[in-house]
Amino acid sequence: MDQKTILLTILGMALVTYIPRLLPVWLLSSKSLSPLAVAWLRYVPVAVLAAMLLPSIVVQDNQINLGLGNLFFWAAFPTLLVAWKKRSLFGSVVVGMVVVAVARYVSALQGR
Amino acid sequence: MRKNQDAVKRGWLTGVAQAGPIILGYIPIGLAFGVLAQKAGISPLNTLLMSILVYAGSSQLIAIGLFAARAPALSIILTTFVVNLRHTLMSAAVSPLLGRWRKVELAAFAHQLTDETFAIHSARLLTSSDPLNKAEVFGINVTAQAAWIFGTWLGTVVGQLITDVKPFALDYALPAMFVALLVLQIKDRVQIAVALLTGVLAVGLLLIGVEQWHVIAASLVGATIGVMSEEWIKKRSC
Repeated sequence: MDQKTILLTILGMALVTYIPRLLPVWLLSSKSLSPLAVAWLRYVPVAVLAAMLLPSIVVQDNQINLGLGNLFFWAAFPTLLVAWKKRSLFGSVVVGMVVVAVARYVSALQGR
Repeated sequence: MRKNQDAVKRGWLTGVAQAGPIILGYIPIGLAFGVLAQKAGISPLNTLLMSILVYAGSSQLIAIGLFAARAPALSIILTTFVVNLRHTLMSAAVSPLLGRWRKVELAAFAHQLTDETFAIHSARLLTSSDPLNKAEVFGINVTAQAAWIFGTWLGTVVGQLITDVKPFALDYALPAMFVALLVLQIKDRVQIAVALLTGVLAVGLLLIGVEQWHVIAASLVGATIGVMSEEWIKKRSC
């Protein structure tokens, strides 16, 4: 993709990101959503995050891989633990990245 | 007049201080984004523009993955839309706290409504029903986006020096962030069930070849099943 097409895509992304952020706060001072719509929207973050996360950590080369070689899957557990116990986005991300980096370093040493 | 200016200044400083944890979180993830964007063949200018104009961390990282996978532009935009649709609820939830703000101020506020700034503003939602202090809110929001843009810029500078991101595990910043955001958002058993079911459905759709759309399709089904189970549990307990 050339940079001009990328820029146009970014402008499209900006628009579709901004409208959902703006409309409720802009309009809701007078109206309110139906309880069912609010309840549905409440499940969207969890659903979307799970739908993106699980394929990214269990699928490799178009098949499910839960072997020890799949660091992304196994590093998710310490990351999850830190997020759950410490409620810290930053701490979880750092722990996940350190686990992956160390595991790669160790396996590189063994491979030598 | 003098007193009023002091109050505004104090509000801004309080806001900047409250944004501390966000700064710590955004700079490394912004840096990872900047680096990965370089790897995906996006120019430094376009990378910075994405952080300035789109400003939605997880969707920017997903977009980078899609750009790298040569996904069509429309699919990238639609995925961004679905991923960021959650902000609708956040925007709705904070609206009672922004009483009597001008439309221009609401427009500026909305651009900088992220998961993390929402988390800080909504913490106030639980402790007080007073309208949010405008200077404080913008102090938090502007500081957060400044950190995000700074991290991105750093990534675009470092990105040209780093030839392989694997030893730094920067490619794990996105999955780790998702794990953390997912855990931080789960409040009850129905949500755990929705997360598992949606995740498994997304994997299934991906494996049968529904690429690019598997996230959207699984999420729509997952959220709908979540609401239906909630309604069903409510009816049964009546």
